[in-house]
Amino acid sequence: MNVPSAWYLILAAVLFGIGATGLLVRRNVLVMFMCIELMLNAVNLTFVTFARMLNDVGGQVDVFFVLVVAAAEVVVGLSIIVAMFRRRAAATADDIHGLKG
Amino acid sequence: MNAAYVIVALPLAGAIALLFAGCLPIRGPVGKVRDPWSGWLATAMTLGAFVATVWVWATQVGRSASGRSSDLNIFTWIPVGDLHVNFGLQVDPLSILWCLFVTGVGGLITLYSIGYMKGDPSFNRFFFYLNAFVFSMVVLVLADNYLFSFLGWEGVGFCSYGLVGFWFERNSAAVAAKKAFVTNRVGDFGFMIALFLMFKHFGSFNFSAVLGPLSAGHATLAASTATALTLLLLLGAVAKSAQLPLYMWLPDAMEGPTPVSALIHAATMVTAGVYLIARSAPIIHFSSSGQWTIAWIGAATALFAATIACNQNDIKRVLAYSTVSQIGYMVLGEGSGDYSAGIYHTVMHAFFKALLFLSAGAVIHALHDEQDMKRMGGLRKHLRITFPAFIIGYLALSAIPPFDGFWSKDTVLAAAFHKSPALWAVGVITAGLTAYYMTRQVILVFYGQARWADQSAAHGAAGHSAPPHEAPPTMTVPLVILSVASVLGWLLNAPFGGLDFINRWLAPVFPAAIAPSFAVHTGTKWIIGLVATAVAVAGVLSGIAAWRRQVDRPALEPAVLAHGWYIDEGIAAAVSGPLARTASDLSFEVDAKLVDGSVNGIARLAAESGRQLRRIQTGYVRNYALGIGAGAAVILFYVALRAGS
Repeated sequence: MNVPSAWYLILAAVLFGIGATGLLVRRNVLVMFMCIELMLNAVNLTFVTFARMLNDVGGQVDVFFVLVVAAAEVVVGLSIIVAMFRRRAAATADDIHGLKG
Repeated sequence: MNAAYVIVALPLAGAIALLFAGCLPIRGPVGKVRDPWSGWLATAMTLGAFVATVWVWATQVGRSASGRSSDLNIFTWIPVGDLHVNFGLQVDPLSILWCLFVTGVGGLITLYSIGYMKGDPSFNRFFFYLNAFVFSMVVLVLADNYLFSFLGWEGVGFCSYGLVGFWFERNSAAVAAKKAFVTNRVGDFGFMIALFLMFKHFGSFNFSAVLGPLSAGHATLAASTATALTLLLLLGAVAKSAQLPLYMWLPDAMEGPTPVSALIHAATMVTAGVYLIARSAPIIHFSSSGQWTIAWIGAATALFAATIACNQNDIKRVLAYSTVSQIGYMVLGEGSGDYSAGIYHTVMHAFFKALLFLSAGAVIHALHDEQDMKRMGGLRKHLRITFPAFIIGYLALSAIPPFDGFWSKDTVLAAAFHKSPALWAVGVITAGLTAYYMTRQVILVFYGQARWADQSAAHGAAGHSAPPHEAPPTMTVPLVILSVASVLGWLLNAPFGGLDFINRWLAPVFPAAIAPSFAVHTGTKWIIGLVATAVAVAGVLSGIAAWRRQVDRPALEPAVLAHGWYIDEGIAAAVSGPLARTASDLSFEVDAKLVDGSVNGIARLAAESGRQLRRIQTGYVRNYALGIGAGAAVILFYVALRAGS
């Protein structure tokens, strides 16, 4: 059976929306981080879908780039989070507003 | 080597030498001042310039009338594009005539100053100014373009400032110097605007380029341009020559030493305006309204200043107002179209007014700086040389034939009569007033009771019991020479026997194309002369009748005239009253509130908007994320909308 491409796109949009909403409403830094990963992978899904639809392998190549960048980003992000936890226990994102005007 | 360079170089060398002589440890015979060596140096330089002028003049006389004008370029001062302004000397009959009496009279007055300024702590500085003045004045008249002439014009203004305020320790002298300078700035403004206009119209300042084609009859000038140039140049001329409405600095300029009053404020500098008008005759020719304005300003000034002179008590202020009045005659002659008449009167006036001022200086010297005529009297027995000299100057100024003033004033009056009988009538009334106030002065100073004696007695210890003494020879020799010039000078331009040297000499400068000659009927001339003489004699007689017995006649000395029609007071009241109030309002209301307020307001606006805008920087990540998301949504919406349409 052949799943229509639109369903993939709808799934990706829903996943992106869940990620974006989570990023905006949650305060736990670790959860926000996971939301970002969710949004990245939603985008990856659209890339792959369009690659299949258009018979263009370029979209799949882009996904590899995104995965590599996401892996690097996870390293940097987690190290920041670890540093935060070292300074204060149970830090939320709202505790770090040193750039407040 | 052309001798014309020497005319300029000698006074300049003298001025520079005297400027630095103050540093030298030379001591003269009289105390610490370099007295009298710097005076002799200055005299030698000025008289040397006079000799050089005579030499140039003699060379010119040997040439034909058309070949008497030559242009000597020293160097190009401003070479910009098509504009070339030179430091150049134009030697022509007009400039050489002016140089002759500037250096001649200037030399005599410098000689006189050696005696007059004896013992002054700033003796050296005085003679520096005198030489710098002569230098500036010859530059003014010898320059071959308006801009270089303007340098000399400013130079004489500066020297005048320095000499009026020579005794600047006295507040009145410092104020008078400032007044002279500021008043002259008004005229300089007119001169400069005229220069700009001239550059726009002719693209040059050179006399040969601006005036040459006009006086040769090759070109014409639009009446509007000619009138604008004439009136602007006239504004410069009235300030320098102390005519209405900018005359008021000259009487105050009498705060300077008396030789300065004689040289700068009677004989030479104040005639710079007369020179400027004469030089610009080719422009003025194309403006009929300009000619009428010049003539009426001259006539009005002559009458106005004469009325004030009738009621002054300061011996020098009488002569100062008389100078203003006499320059009015010169300007009247020029405005009437007879330039050589105005210049004739200028030269004659240089002789007799310098004589009168120097004699007045000798009187002041004799009475130890007393200047109030009401405290003089009876001096004719004491001043055996000054008295006859003053009488000769008096007769010349009062236009009693056959002295200088009669002939030159008569020529001016004939020209004025040809222009308009109304101008002539004003001139004749002024002639009567002139004779009257000079008679009053002579009687108050030289006749009657010796009022200085009881003054010195009243002063007690400060008084000077010694009788008035005649001045030293350095002062009396110039008096004698100028007396001779005042008696015989009129022969330079006598209206008969082919003696009209000045007319013929100046003819190449004022060709028929720009100064149409006119002939006043000989019979009319006789009548004009007789009427003028009768009026002058009437003035003398009424002066004798009024002042022979009494010194104080309040009925004849109304306060309004003694105060010069309250012009100075009026200006002072206007400046310190409404003008000062307006300035204060402008300063505190407009400047402090409007100008400062708007500048400060802009600064406050930037600060306040910054304070408000920084609130959107919350520091919360989710706010920024929301912003980014909302922005992305808006952009997406826009792109989708465009794609759809």
